[in-house]
Amino acid sequence: MASVVYDHVTKKFGDSMVAVNDLNINVADKEFLVLVGPSGCGKTTALRCLAGLEEITEGNIRIGDRVVNDVPPKDRDIAMVFQSYALYPHLSVFDNMAFGLKLRKVPKDEIKRRVEQAAETLGIKDLLNRKPRQLSGGQRQRVAVGRAIVREPKVFLFDEPLSNLDAKLRVQMRAEISKLHQQLQTTFIYVTHDQVEAMTMASRIAVINKGVLQQIDSPQNLYDTPNNVFVAGFMGSPAMNFFPARLRKDANKMVVDTGDFILTIPADRTRSLEQYVGKDIIFGIRPENIHDAEFIPPNIHAEKVEAKVDVTELMGNEIYLYLITGKNTFVGRVDPRSKMRMGDKAQVAFNMDRFHIFDAQTEQAIR
Amino acid sequence: MVPKIMKQGRLAPWLYLLPSLILMTIFIVYPTFATIRLSLLDAHSVNSAATTCQPGQPCWGIFENYRYALTNPEMLAALRNNALWILLMVPGTIIGALFFALLADRVPYENLAKSIIFMPMAISFVGASVIWRFVYDFRSSGPQIGILNGIITAFGGQPVAWLSAPIINNFCLMLVGVWLWAGFCMTILSAAIKGVPAEILEAARVDGANEFQVFGNILLPSIMPTIVVVTTTMTIIILKVFDVVYVMTGGYFDTEVIANRMFELIVTNAGQSTAIAVVLIVLTIPIMIFNVQRFRREEAAR
Repeated sequence: MASVVYDHVTKKFGDSMVAVNDLNINVADKEFLVLVGPSGCGKTTALRCLAGLEEITEGNIRIGDRVVNDVPPKDRDIAMVFQSYALYPHLSVFDNMAFGLKLRKVPKDEIKRRVEQAAETLGIKDLLNRKPRQLSGGQRQRVAVGRAIVREPKVFLFDEPLSNLDAKLRVQMRAEISKLHQQLQTTFIYVTHDQVEAMTMASRIAVINKGVLQQIDSPQNLYDTPNNVFVAGFMGSPAMNFFPARLRKDANKMVVDTGDFILTIPADRTRSLEQYVGKDIIFGIRPENIHDAEFIPPNIHAEKVEAKVDVTELMGNEIYLYLITGKNTFVGRVDPRSKMRMGDKAQVAFNMDRFHIFDAQTEQAIR
Repeated sequence: MVPKIMKQGRLAPWLYLLPSLILMTIFIVYPTFATIRLSLLDAHSVNSAATTCQPGQPCWGIFENYRYALTNPEMLAALRNNALWILLMVPGTIIGALFFALLADRVPYENLAKSIIFMPMAISFVGASVIWRFVYDFRSSGPQIGILNGIITAFGGQPVAWLSAPIINNFCLMLVGVWLWAGFCMTILSAAIKGVPAEILEAARVDGANEFQVFGNILLPSIMPTIVVVTTTMTIIILKVFDVVYVMTGGYFDTEVIANRMFELIVTNAGQSTAIAVVLIVLTIPIMIFNVQRFRREEAAR
């Protein structure tokens, strides 16, 4: 059990390729931190730096109170679950799990006890004598996790551990890893490109793009108050809709003019936006805050917009509407009773209590 | 319309195999049996080998040539030297090749390094042997033109007769063999090492293994099938070692090997020469069987 600190960490490959750029993260003891971002954003490199598999170019990494910059992986007291599981193909499941303990000269009966206990927890007790090639993907995944557990390390690292599993198994393992975190009461650092995994498991999420930390916060805060356009667009599925627009004063009311339609900003939000009047902004709204005009929830500031229905996708509990207004396309998640069909001219309602405004130049949120 | 004879059945597979079977019969099966027949005849392949028996001497009858191949002192020396080659030169080559492959894997100019190690394979073995004769050259008086003796005398030592002093001359020949074959083995082992997923080695490092433990516990077992294949291949190749010995010592000074005996006798005594050839074939059979069995086991394990 230990805290982890990234202190101004930079990792360069060669002279020009900056994989991780001045990363600062404090991971508290027993926290479940998820590093999330698109592929190639540097999140895996950041994790590998912590594991000691990559040397950092600048800065410090601390595990507990110890600076580990020059400590080899074997002495960092960490365990890692790899995307490909990286099981030793010539060793049985038992020996795979016992490998780290044998190297540490743990007594035989203690090894047996720990491996069997971990196997019990993960439901792989019947597989201990099998070789990795005789296991299914899900079973291999469990062995890889088991190999990490038996070590009883200070920090667990997960590098996209669920991305090779089928959708159903992924949902199941997601819950099991969350449960494991509860049981073990240890620091977990988990890398994924899947924002759903991040939302469901993390106590905090760090969003990374192009090697730079964009925002770090609890899942709900990240979803509700994204710092910039990237975070807003990355978290949530379907993604937030963005409209390039201009902020105007129109007969004492503040409005967003997208060129295709005009939306009035509720009075309680106008104050912070005052200085952007007459300037270009980006207006963002999540699909769930766009409703069929016939099924507007009560007590919201609804602003009606005319749009053409391009595609409809029935989900059962809701309908995804792909809509077009002039040069903008956007998505709405509307009530399943909606009668809208492809090609219809339709009226949708924007919930003006739940929108985001970003500076068009810096793409930073204006609150 | 497929002719009836080509349809799947008992006959069709044999039809596909027929061209290879004909070629193998002409160039492998027939010569083998012809060799066995010749090995039972006298020096000129006319009469039975039994007619060459000397009165008062031990005689193996029709297998008289095999008495020569298995009991003659020259042949015993050749068999012993071949055993030495297999026991020392083959492991030496594999270990050296593995060492180079591991080092080459970690340097930025890997391809250049590997090309240099592989270079001897590109030279004719006879040419390489001629080069090494100069390296080992020995003069009983006057300046030494061989680089080894040149170095030794430059530091005030006594020159060594590398190629004519028994037992060390065998090691000198084996060193040339290692030099010739290490590149070949390294190339195959290097490919096997690259085939081991990097994540497995990284997992071992995170699990607490130092570099030696990663090599011994993870990398070596992972490439063991390749090491076995290279070892058996090299054993068969070295069982037939000829050119290096023929060019550098001609089999004199106690450096005789089986293949050189066979070559020396082919003109003067076809019976004895072919008997040696049959002995060579018999020696390779167990290695072949081992290889085939292992291959089947691996296929079954898939």
